[in-house]
Amino acid sequence: MDVVVCLKQVVDPELPARDFAIDPRSRRQAREGRTLVISTYDEHALEVALRLKEQTGGKVTTLAVGPQAALGEAVRKALAMGADEALVVDEPRAPEWLGAEVAPVLAAAIRRIGPVDLVLAGCESADWVERVVAPLLAEALGAACVTFAARVEPADGGVLVRRMADDGVHHVAARLPAVVSVASDDANKPRLPKVKDIVAARRKPVTVVATADLEVDPAWRLPAPEVRGVTVPPRTGTCEMLGGEPAEQVEALVRRLRDLKLL
Amino acid sequence: MAGTLVVATALDGTLARSALELLGGARSLDAALGGGVAAALIGHGLGLVEAAEILTRHGATRVYRAAHPALTAGQTDAVLAAVAGVVRRTAPAVVLVAADTVGRELAPRLAYRMRAGLLTECVSLGADGEAIVATRQVYGGRAIATLAMSSRPVVISVKPRALDAAAADGTGTVEDVAVAIDEAALPTRVQEVVREQAERGLDDARIVVGGGRGLGGPEGFKIIAALADALGGAVGASRPPADAGWVPITWQIGQTGKTIRPALYIAVGISGATQHVAGVSGARTIVAINRDPEAPIFSLAHLGIVGDYREIVPLLTARIAAQRGG
Ligand SMILES: Cc1cc2nc3c(=O)[nH]c(=O)nc-3n(C[C@H](O)[C@H](O)[C@H](O)COP(=O)(O)OP(=O)(O)OC[C@H]3O[C@@H](n4cnc5c(N)ncnc54)[C@H](O)[C@@H]3O)c2cc1C
Ligand SMILES: Nc1ncnc2c1ncn2[C@@H]1O[C@H](COP(=O)(O)O)[C@@H](O)[C@H]1O
Repeated sequence: MDVVVCLKQVVDPELPARDFAIDPRSRRQAREGRTLVISTYDEHALEVALRLKEQTGGKVTTLAVGPQAALGEAVRKALAMGADEALVVDEPRAPEWLGAEVAPVLAAAIRRIGPVDLVLAGCESADWVERVVAPLLAEALGAACVTFAARVEPADGGVLVRRMADDGVHHVAARLPAVVSVASDDANKPRLPKVKDIVAARRKPVTVVATADLEVDPAWRLPAPEVRGVTVPPRTGTCEMLGGEPAEQVEALVRRLRDLKLL
Repeated sequence: MAGTLVVATALDGTLARSALELLGGARSLDAALGGGVAAALIGHGLGLVEAAEILTRHGATRVYRAAHPALTAGQTDAVLAAVAGVVRRTAPAVVLVAADTVGRELAPRLAYRMRAGLLTECVSLGADGEAIVATRQVYGGRAIATLAMSSRPVVISVKPRALDAAAADGTGTVEDVAVAIDEAALPTRVQEVVREQAERGLDDARIVVGGGRGLGGPEGFKIIAALADALGGAVGASRPPADAGWVPITWQIGQTGKTIRPALYIAVGISGATQHVAGVSGARTIVAINRDPEAPIFSLAHLGIVGDYREIVPLLTARIAAQRGG
């Protein structure tokens, strides 16, 4: 199965609070000097792709749209994890793009890669959590769509997806080609590359193109929202610590909860 | 082209509660923008009759009822076909969708087919002149973004439990619309739904006890379940226990998991990552029990106990059970 995995680069979502800031000009999180990582669920998506390849053969190509200079490490990591090739769309504006702006470029890049069976993305990007890119890609490419997949198995010429749903787990059969967005699960924990994989990754092909080199179908574009502001709500309130021996702590808690009419 | 269309689903035979929240949002938008409020009722079975009545009573002046046996839990392709049919017929300016399992996939795909602007995972809706203005959490709940869309049409997905339900003071009419769905031609098909809802629903519980990686394994969840039982509350979890399969995925609270608004949330063995807290920021009172005095949860909670949960929680459970008993 030939699979494309969409990798977004984001500022480390687990960055300590003191390093978190909004750049007032871009109305986005300040990137300068912060650690950049592959968006959390995209690594899970890559792991799903690698396991499918182990089962069915085929090729895994990663696709990232962003400033090429900053993307190197993300691409090297993905190749070291086991992807075969990488396509980078060098796009300095991408860190400020919303899903509706990046999806048409991703669609054009996937067309350029050629006929693929499966496109995987994260179920939500770790920074803006829009949950739009995979469904928009499915529409643009005329492919089947399944979101929030924990596992993807080949089945009957298509795939069988375990979807994480509000009411439990859905087993969804999808035709190919399909676009599937991936959530986390112990069965798709991203593997850690070994030293020999890191070395081997240096020989793997990385293609870089510019957005202008791609044929973006105007029909793929939707009006993008205007970002009027991004604000950090002030932290109010303080935590009342209940000290003493465990029995005293519990007694104090029960008293406070009763005062608050919660018991 | 005018007005607001609410996508109301009844995929398991009864109306999703989020429909009333969407109607609440639609009516406040309509007060500013006009054009009227209608609903597309999507589902199957006899329950649709009552569901349509509930929608008209809560402010949908017209309900387009699209019934088909293929419109069941998780069948997004079928729901999309049905909603697209109502949209073609009514040409709404604004479509509101619940950001639930079906809706979060439906919203972008419908927007694509309508050539519409798209706002997702919104927690508030308003108008500024002609523009629709919405807010949503970004950056793991660390910040709130304000987004505006001046063009029409617009498709908006709204997080469950973010908006207040509409009042029951309306009247309206119901119209059946034909749905043509060729089931064999649908690109995806739900083969099985393995329900994993907790007995006592997490979504609407007044008291929730959440367990994290610090519980050490599924056994730890028995200890906090006893506390939840004594309190008459529900059990939830952070992501690591859900990923590891200690608890069902439906118990996960946070950015990727559920957003809940209990009166009391007790976080046990949870460090307090912003992505977790994003799901409980609407809780009135947060209690943290953690053995690490430096855990970030203590800067977000209202009441804190530093200690080993294996000592604290059973004592608390016994204390509350004794009070209930006596
Ligand atoms: C894009 C994205 C989305 C995410 N979505 C979610 C989400 O929806 N929900 C979610 O929860 N997380 C989510 N996360 C993960 C989140 O960032 C944290 O990694 C996660 O919440 C940590 O879970 P935890 O607090 O249970 O575990 P840990 O951070 O490992 O904390 C365990 C805590 O238990 C305490 N502890 C250990 N033993 C004991 C004991 N015996 N008694 C008392 N305390 C003890 C420790 O002191 C520690 O504070 C997301 C992350 C990203 C990047
Ligand atoms: N700039 C990008 N380059 C590659 N993939 C992206 C980019 N932006 C978003 N994606 C993919 O789309 C997924 C979901 O994003 P979103 O719809 O923004 O939540 C991400 O997890 C990525 O897989």
